[in-house]
Amino acid sequence: MSKVATMRDAVADIVRDGDTVAIEGFTHLICFAAGHEIIRQRKRDLTLARMTPDVIYDQMIGAGVARKLIFSWLGNPGVGSLHAVRRRIEHADPEPLEIEEYSHFGMVCRYVAGASDLPFFPIRSYYESDIPRVNPNIKPMRSPFDDGTEVYVVPPLKPDVTIVHAQRATATGDTQIWGLLGCQKESAFAAERVIIVCEEVVDDAVVRRDPNRTIIPGIVVDAVVEQPFACHPSYAQGYYDRDNAFYLEWERISKDPESLDGWLKEWVYGLEAHAEYVEKLGDRRDSLKPGTAMSGEVDYGDYS
Amino acid sequence: MSTASASNGHTKNEMMIVASARALVGERNCFVGVGLPNIVCNLAQRTVAPELQLVYEAGVFGARPARLPLSIGDPTLVSGSTAVTSMFELFAFYLQAGLIDAAFLGGAQIDRFGNLNTTVIGEYGKPKVRLPGSGGACEIAIHARKILVIMRQARRSFVERLDFRTSPGHSGDPAHDRARGWFGSGPTTVVTDLGTYGFDEQTGEMTLLTVHPGVTLAEVEENTGWKPRVSESIGETPRPTGEELRLIRTQLDPEGVYTS
Repeated sequence: MSKVATMRDAVADIVRDGDTVAIEGFTHLICFAAGHEIIRQRKRDLTLARMTPDVIYDQMIGAGVARKLIFSWLGNPGVGSLHAVRRRIEHADPEPLEIEEYSHFGMVCRYVAGASDLPFFPIRSYYESDIPRVNPNIKPMRSPFDDGTEVYVVPPLKPDVTIVHAQRATATGDTQIWGLLGCQKESAFAAERVIIVCEEVVDDAVVRRDPNRTIIPGIVVDAVVEQPFACHPSYAQGYYDRDNAFYLEWERISKDPESLDGWLKEWVYGLEAHAEYVEKLGDRRDSLKPGTAMSGEVDYGDYS
Repeated sequence: MSTASASNGHTKNEMMIVASARALVGERNCFVGVGLPNIVCNLAQRTVAPELQLVYEAGVFGARPARLPLSIGDPTLVSGSTAVTSMFELFAFYLQAGLIDAAFLGGAQIDRFGNLNTTVIGEYGKPKVRLPGSGGACEIAIHARKILVIMRQARRSFVERLDFRTSPGHSGDPAHDRARGWFGSGPTTVVTDLGTYGFDEQTGEMTLLTVHPGVTLAEVEENTGWKPRVSESIGETPRPTGEELRLIRTQLDPEGVYTS
């Protein structure tokens, strides 16, 4: 059965006030359009989880959708700071933001534990670091086997909702990604509900021609939203490049709460849907189109 | 980074890049960051470490970037690479299992034993400045066999006491460090805009090995938050060669984004 929905309906039905929401994607495939729809629908009291809260979480936290942030690296990648997030952490301005932080490996393994339904996941990290001192969810443990190795364990992270952007998916949610994979697979399997946003909805036959590229199967997917250019200013490998000029502009926009509010009014609240945002970008889109570098082909074999 | 030109035809950043690249002699699998480390690794690959594989925590092994990456997750790292992995695989199978020979780290603060702070300035619960946090740095510091640190040197960054220890370095007790059983041996080299440092085998303490051309010992002391330990055989950092400068200027950063 088709799960294809509009972004507005998917977010309205699947994201609820108070939820833990993960919009994952490591630099690549960050679904800004879903974040904008959450802002537009004025969701509240969310706990936002993400390895690398970047500009989209600065926008969401600046817009007041979240009360808590779970993360492992906080910044505008390659540029600098997230000023709306910093105002809330450093000055409780306009209100406090609860934080819970890990390292990258710790965050990844929280999703792995969540996706595998394990009570915790052991890693060799955090030794002699102050991180466990400020996060009691990171606990030391000795191996029950002979060598008695000391490890640290992290608890499972099971988001209420994970949102993943992909290059393509079928109407039932079988999802294919290429390029950086981040922890999208783990965070989707760990979640109670999953929204897939994609550049293109494709026929089942397209997926079946190349099953090794399927990262998330439809069985864990609740809604499929076809939304080209939904990652801007982030990128989708092979479709469009990162709009680095915007990441640089965000430094200026986010430093001043009024200019941030002005930006949200112009680019989020003032628009009905992402299609209008893409239209508003105008020529800027053309400069982000990469050249072509086709993959080689493999022969899966015909066994009929 | 610096735009100030040093004397004798190279910039401070070029001196830092060249000194760091030379420290990678013979290395193979190296965790790279964006900015200077990216140029350092590409220079090392063309000079002292021809077998160097560029590894990015975003999940790329054997990258061959066709342009200067804008971030640690740039699409140019993917196209033409040897392998793209999930982040779990990269951290578990490549890093934690000991396959990474060298890695670059930096930070807002470093202490004399090479411990690094990338989390907060001030108190954790009420920070003066909230920094990015660990990212992969904590586990990289523990598992990469060598850690190279590139930082600009100043009293506020080279501190007697860290505000927060994000990534462990040497403990100050070498017997304790040997008993840790980690693949990592703590930072091995620190390159600043003033000089290069190693770490003393007896004490684990950062030790000034060379000063860059034109830099005085007094300048180093002024910019260090403790009385720096100085090698008995301290010398001057060898200047960048014509070939090193040619590679940087014509191939690696022709627009001078990181080097001017």
